Amino acid sequence: MSTPPTPNQAPRHVVLVGHGMVGHRFVEALRSRDTQRAWQVTILAEESSAAYDRVGLSSYVGTWQREALALPNSTYAADDLVDLRLGTRVAGFDCTTKTVVTEAGEVIRYDELVLATGSSPFVPPVPGHDADGCHVYRTLDDLDGIRGDAEAATERAAHAGRTANGLVVGGGLLGLEAANALRLLGLTPHVVELAPRLMPLQVDPGGAVVLERLVSGLGVGVHTGAGTQSIEPQSDGRLAVELSDGTALLTDLVVFSAGVRPADGIARAAGLAIGERGGVRTDRACRTSAPGVWAIGEVAAVEGRCHGLVAPGYAMAEVVADRLLGGSATFPGADLSTKLKLLGVDVASFGDAMGTTPGALEIVHTDATKGTYAKVVLSDDARTLLGGILVGDATAYTTLKAFVGREVPGDPAALIAPAGANLGSEALPDDAVICSCNNVTKGAICGAIADGACDLASIKGCTGAGTTCGGCLPTVRKLLVESGVELSKALCEHFPQSRAELFEIVAATGIRTFSGLIAQHGTGTGCEICKPTIASILASTSSEHVLDGEQAALQDSNDHFLANIQRNGTYSVVPRMPGGEVTAEQLITIGQVAQDFGLYVKVTGGQRIDLFGARAEQLPAIWQRLVDAGMESGQAYGKSLRTVKSCVGSTWCRFGVQDSVGMAVALEQRYRGLRAPHKIKLGVSGCARECAEARGKDVGVIATDQGWNLYVCGNGGQTPAHAQLLASDLDDAQLVRYIDRFLMFYVRTADRLQRTAAWLESLEGGLEHLRAVVCEDSLGIAEELESAMAKHVAGYRDEWKAVLDDPEKLARFVSFVNAPESGDPTVGFDDSGPRRVPVVLGTPTLPART
Amino acid sequence: MTVLVRPAPAELSTAPRPAVRPGVLPPPGLLAWVEACPVQQLVPGRGVAVLLPDRAQAALFLQPTGMIYAIDNIDPYSGAAVLSRGLTGDRAGEPTVASPLLKQVFSLRTGQALDEPEVSVRTYAVRVLDGVIRIGDLATGVVRGPRGWRRSAGSSGAR
Repeated sequence: MSTPPTPNQAPRHVVLVGHGMVGHRFVEALRSRDTQRAWQVTILAEESSAAYDRVGLSSYVGTWQREALALPNSTYAADDLVDLRLGTRVAGFDCTTKTVVTEAGEVIRYDELVLATGSSPFVPPVPGHDADGCHVYRTLDDLDGIRGDAEAATERAAHAGRTANGLVVGGGLLGLEAANALRLLGLTPHVVELAPRLMPLQVDPGGAVVLERLVSGLGVGVHTGAGTQSIEPQSDGRLAVELSDGTALLTDLVVFSAGVRPADGIARAAGLAIGERGGVRTDRACRTSAPGVWAIGEVAAVEGRCHGLVAPGYAMAEVVADRLLGGSATFPGADLSTKLKLLGVDVASFGDAMGTTPGALEIVHTDATKGTYAKVVLSDDARTLLGGILVGDATAYTTLKAFVGREVPGDPAALIAPAGANLGSEALPDDAVICSCNNVTKGAICGAIADGACDLASIKGCTGAGTTCGGCLPTVRKLLVESGVELSKALCEHFPQSRAELFEIVAATGIRTFSGLIAQHGTGTGCEICKPTIASILASTSSEHVLDGEQAALQDSNDHFLANIQRNGTYSVVPRMPGGEVTAEQLITIGQVAQDFGLYVKVTGGQRIDLFGARAEQLPAIWQRLVDAGMESGQAYGKSLRTVKSCVGSTWCRFGVQDSVGMAVALEQRYRGLRAPHKIKLGVSGCARECAEARGKDVGVIATDQGWNLYVCGNGGQTPAHAQLLASDLDDAQLVRYIDRFLMFYVRTADRLQRTAAWLESLEGGLEHLRAVVCEDSLGIAEELESAMAKHVAGYRDEWKAVLDDPEKLARFVSFVNAPESGDPTVGFDDSGPRRVPVVLGTPTLPART
Repeated sequence: MTVLVRPAPAELSTAPRPAVRPGVLPPPGLLAWVEACPVQQLVPGRGVAVLLPDRAQAALFLQPTGMIYAIDNIDPYSGAAVLSRGLTGDRAGEPTVASPLLKQVFSLRTGQALDEPEVSVRTYAVRVLDGVIRIGDLATGVVRGPRGWRRSAGSSGAR
């Protein structure tokens, strides 16, 4: 470890009030640039969680995992100069004594004070606004509260034989987010908006017509041009809401999302200047009227104007960090562009979206059949792009936005032409901002590429581009390709082809041996990369046993021994337990096997039981015991289907609406043994409570009143990803058909070791394309995919029993070829602690020779 | 050195199989030879473990090229006796095996870890007599040997 540079004096103390996204950005900016260790930071945070991705708040629904939204390094665990105090409310501050007082009464001295208290939701003073069942939508805690009421409501509704409703007051950006959250919670959302259209700040009347149609189509009740008159609790627990247009609604809960007000209370109390419409007034350096006090983010009214988006907040955070370190940065003005996927509907709004510039000209392209609306706003000479709005399809957003304020090359109408005579990113100037969340220019990205960054991950790492909302990643990818970086798709030094290409070669030529394949299409003798890949392709395209013939030499060690190697060279065996279902007799068998072979037993995350410590020569005897009891071993190894996890579902659970266990068992029986580019996991939940955590799986199935919702491309592990909704309310047959197609499409086209989430990200056209292929058969291959899967299902056999039945294969399960009866003398176990652990027993050292 | 020619099993490959021969020549001097198994018992491209006197063990490989190699079976990175269960292949022509635990790659010819110059495992001499593979053991004491015989510091156990 290098020692930090010694500061000239003890660090000065900056106190930050509020730890949202902007506060976190401030601390990161300050600490990363403060190489002299001139500042120490105390953060007083009101919420119980450290800064999280509030922009992605609605993705908390369903996972209910706060960690999933955590921002990187938001607890500063490794930083001795940052003290983060969560759950600490500030009562006030005094700029003359330079002290902050917490509600607990602690007095903290500061040298500089940064206010990043954000906003509070505005709740209109409607009669009944504080009734039980009324919520705001701003924090994780708010969502926890909404969840509690929503779950009670769905239960109540199920009893009464109706569906549960939720009402959102406010049809702006956040309101639609809230409606989505309610939908994910199993409620039918209604949105009430006072303005005559949805998203009145971002979308013009033309775009709003398309937006409203798209949103209504998703089952959301839209009530525009209506105010909320009153809210009255009913005896059955529901709320009666009366709208100004005379509509009455019975709803189970109400969420207020009618705008925010800057949380400037403590600043007002301290006598700071306040903007005309609220917020702590600052100059463009983010200095408030009190010396030594700064304001950033939504609470700051920079030159009188508040900004409700994260990008301008980030810019303010950077300004103050720079100023504290002696710089002279100023707030550059806000980019109010937004691109969102609200309820699965793309909406983007950028620049002078409403065309308020004098003389501005508009070009509009709207397609009611496809549900898209696109508008660009141009200067009076029709040459400079001023802004625009996209609804239904926002793929052009990143390119268009980068052209704002610049002369448009060619015909401006081409910018939004449906077939997209779309401008390439090579046309963009170097100073065009590609990632507006982190203010990364095209020049910076191209510089990183020139310096050797050759994939998305390394560009993210060295420029920060795409690390916040990720909306710019397609453009970054284009820049990579255009810069001439040859993204080598060669599998390894022996095969110049990608896995998908090799799959095609195998399918087209019918070559069934590795030696034949490498002789005709590769070089050398292969390696630990290409051999298992080819083995997987051969396994995916036939029902041969993985140890048949030459294939035996290709299998990774685990596939070769059909068990999971552990650190001392012993194996673990995981009996198949479809859907996590097990009988008492089976449990007894498993227990007896563990006892007889001295195996350490651990329950896995995939609802199975793992038996550790079997030597290679013990494996067949263990499998035989399982086979005798009517069971089989299972893949806890290999690039194959692992498990289908389930909750207990409607057979036992009072909330369940479908038989999730039955479906999980059927799916596991269907796809067991399937080889794929990476491991595959499935989950089936019996209701929207999602106890099986199906959205953390490659294929997640969640029951609805009408059938099943199918989610795809999620995973846990190192880079967790939520599965995304592919299709809704499927019946059993439809569900299985779609999963067949999805899995086979993945098996055929993904790269080696590319899990479904990464595969989806790399898929041209993303989720929409995948949906078109799986649900609409846009490539005309659905039948082929289904029949490939049918072949797999029909050809499945117990791989472990097949070894028992084949003396030649069985003979390989020994520790020593010249002493089949001997066990490996290096294998030992330590039973002295709370659990059996493996130890490696040393072999005698050989005499040293020179 | 014994050269053994074996007909290729028809169901595996139609290409004629090259002759089988030891990859590392025995060093000069007297060796005790431990019988491992008939060549026919090996699957080309895979390895087996061979128990040697004094609880030592070798990993024995038959490559599709027909070369036979034996190196220490103990993976120096983990201390576990697993190298015989690794996947073989080549790196730029150098015959290799990858540890099945953490996939470090070793030369089958020299025992050298290809990505870490200071780590290696010892190699054993191999010969084929009457269709049976034998592994040269040190028991009789060899005074000098080629580099592959020296047990280097990195190979003495887990790191």
